[in-house]
Amino acid sequence: MFRFSPIKGGIHPDSHKDHTANRDILTSMPIPERLYLPLFQQAGASALPVVGIGDPVLKGQQIAVTGGGLSAHIHAPTSGKLIAIEDIVAPHPSGLPAPAMVLESDGDDLPLEQPSICNPFTRDPEELATEVEQAGIVGLGGAIFPSAVKLRQGRRFEIKTLIINGGECEPYLTTDDRLMQERAEQIVEGARLIQHIIEAYAVIIAVEDNKPNAIAALKKAAAPHGKLRVAVVPSMYPMGSAKQLIQAVTGEEVPAGMRSNDVGILVHNVATAYAIQQALCFKRPLTSRVVTVGGSCIASPHNVEALFGTPISHLIEYCGGLKREPARLIMGGPMMGQTLPSINTPVMKGTSAILALSPEEVNEKSPDPCIRCSRCVSACPMGLVPLEMAKHVKADSFDGAQTYGLRDCILCGSCSYVCPSHIPLVNYFEYAKGELKNQRTAAQKLAYTQQLTKAREERIEKEAAAKKAAKSKKRRSRDRSASKSTPSSTPSETSSSEPTAENDS
Amino acid sequence: MKTTADLLMAAAPHAHDKSSVDRIMLHVCLALSPVTAWGFYLFGWPAIILWTITCLSAVASEAFCLWLRGYKINRVSDASALLTGWLLALSLPPWAPWWIGVGGSALAIIVGKHLYGGIGQNIFNPAMLARVALLVSFPVQMTTWIYVEPISHIPAPDLVTSLSIIFSDGGEYLSSTNQLTDGVTGATILGELKTAYTAHTVAEVSSTHFQWWPALTGITKGSMGETSEILILIGAAWLLLLRIISWHIPVSIIATIAMISLLFHVGDPDRYASPILHLTSGGLLFTAFFIATDYVTSPSSPFGKILFGCGTALVMFAIRSWGGFPEGAGFAVLFMNALTPLIDRYCKPRAYGRDFKGKARKLLKNARKVI
Repeated sequence: MFRFSPIKGGIHPDSHKDHTANRDILTSMPIPERLYLPLFQQAGASALPVVGIGDPVLKGQQIAVTGGGLSAHIHAPTSGKLIAIEDIVAPHPSGLPAPAMVLESDGDDLPLEQPSICNPFTRDPEELATEVEQAGIVGLGGAIFPSAVKLRQGRRFEIKTLIINGGECEPYLTTDDRLMQERAEQIVEGARLIQHIIEAYAVIIAVEDNKPNAIAALKKAAAPHGKLRVAVVPSMYPMGSAKQLIQAVTGEEVPAGMRSNDVGILVHNVATAYAIQQALCFKRPLTSRVVTVGGSCIASPHNVEALFGTPISHLIEYCGGLKREPARLIMGGPMMGQTLPSINTPVMKGTSAILALSPEEVNEKSPDPCIRCSRCVSACPMGLVPLEMAKHVKADSFDGAQTYGLRDCILCGSCSYVCPSHIPLVNYFEYAKGELKNQRTAAQKLAYTQQLTKAREERIEKEAAAKKAAKSKKRRSRDRSASKSTPSSTPSETSSSEPTAENDS
Repeated sequence: MKTTADLLMAAAPHAHDKSSVDRIMLHVCLALSPVTAWGFYLFGWPAIILWTITCLSAVASEAFCLWLRGYKINRVSDASALLTGWLLALSLPPWAPWWIGVGGSALAIIVGKHLYGGIGQNIFNPAMLARVALLVSFPVQMTTWIYVEPISHIPAPDLVTSLSIIFSDGGEYLSSTNQLTDGVTGATILGELKTAYTAHTVAEVSSTHFQWWPALTGITKGSMGETSEILILIGAAWLLLLRIISWHIPVSIIATIAMISLLFHVGDPDRYASPILHLTSGGLLFTAFFIATDYVTSPSSPFGKILFGCGTALVMFAIRSWGGFPEGAGFAVLFMNALTPLIDRYCKPRAYGRDFKGKARKLLKNARKVI
């Protein structure tokens, strides 16, 4: 039927948010005895530990530094002692081990002494960006992209609109919703700080229309500030995706292959804005986050402010434990979240939710053949043709899949959600994207090798030519010197170029 | 807790809208049921028997093919074969002999569907493929349209007589009343147009044979399912409401037929029938809502669907107006089915951040880098 929507496609999954949306965030969860802090919990490179085993640490102390390039610092969520750096089961469907720092809590929760801070709005934006980096803040909406990198990128562009993303379109999740309801002022201040850093002209806090309380709280908090407005967007999935939110709020599309920076827009999540406010105003590094513990198998679903490293079993226990055996345990939302291999994995920076879903909620069935109903086409928020893409990926024709838009796929899973044949479409695309990346890497490697080989050949030729020239020169000079009867020194070119050739070969 | 292996298999998304192939197929069957029930009432026991054997043989053919191809037989529960049989039955003359139903179903399922690779793989709409093959092969049986004899009326055949009509030559019923020759049967309005316009103008035929009320209610000659426009629209509304079909194909078919027939009708009313006649006669609405919207054989993008609908309507109009057959719906759909892969290839939806050609959109001029 006709559809009037600010974005293409999209789906309307059952929100399941009622259980937690009206309950306060639980902030006083007892500190677990041991915290497990994986070194890889941000986009980019793993962090590097800077504290030795057995060393005492204080709450907020930096215990691992950025691994260079794209990465983020990690701070101690509480005071205690670092007892090991060992492999734990990573919160990843593979269940493969990943290195983590194990922190034994001393129960005192002693904070690191922080210098007093002056009003951040009077300070230099570059300095503030560095401070955000120091606080180890990453995008808390799910992308876990280091925020400081994003801020610095934003500074290099003329940003007209800063959008603070309060979309939270994933079913079950209410962390942002609760945060907006309870800490609206801090979020608004965080938004203004980001605006200050990137020197954006205007700020829009975009919230889905299924969160009336959050909208009211934000409007109240935003009222004293001009150039900051709350925009209400229709609730649908994937409204929280940056590209879709930009389209819904500004009507603009980010051209394919470009970033939102290029169209003068920057998107940050509300939880990130809150974290930035905490870091800049109170010098509190990112050591905890609000996690939705939900799903019909959880006895008492709640939002919990959990320290990073808290074992998930601890969190579930705190929410009354499991009512029944879950069919699936998920980290993140049901649309894009990952299954957890074990309940002993820890909460990380990107953990927005822990969901224990019943078989009815998951509704998994074995796939049937595609009947070309084209529901995936109408559901795709990017305007792609998932059924054709899947057909090509199945035949290993990645180029064919590209012509139907594989490159633009944001892996939101809307196509899989609506497929009546239960075909795991998005998994095909994930696989194909991975394969394409491998192919690109291989091609780059090959090109680089070829380039090196060519360079080497050219150089060897040049050297040979130089040698020849030098030899003939030498001979000539010898001939000349023989005639003049004076010995000449060895030519410098030959001696200097020989070792290089050896090194490279 | 479950073991790691159990949890490993699952990949996002961990939610589903609970749709399934069998649900879709059964909803279409449900949407067909008003018009089918009305057909049963109008055409009596022979129609019920023909419908039953057509559906049953479609399901049996499907089961046979699945067994032959080594699939699980319980795949017939996706109801796709039932729907094919159902659609075929509705497009047959209501009193056609049994072997038309059985042969048609077998043709539709075995040749039209499984030879191409089963569900989702066929190029042509199986029901229409069978109907057209039958029409070409057995033109007499496929164009023997009976007059309406509601099931309760005295002259309507009872169950036993009906069985003999379907399974043998109709025995005494047809011969005694001499029904088949002129009593019960006759041409449809479109057939009338085709055969009579040499002697009479279209306007004359229309005025003598076309009446509003019978055309809309279906109390007129025709296939079992294609006569009552009102009930077809009710079924179609159900499918549109559930978003099982989209508006693109039916609306473009109806709009194109209306416009083109209006154009010709205004130009030469003696030669070309009015849009009203076109829209209410034959299988136009039935085709537009139930046949042309078949997922497998129609394009997947909205624009492709509109193109498909327009093409179907044009071919249909051409056959009706200038072709040798009175009704062109089946041929038109098959013709456009053949073009569907081509349409799909060239009518992709515009992707986010790209233009229609698939190139990245240009950056707006006022957005620029600062440093």
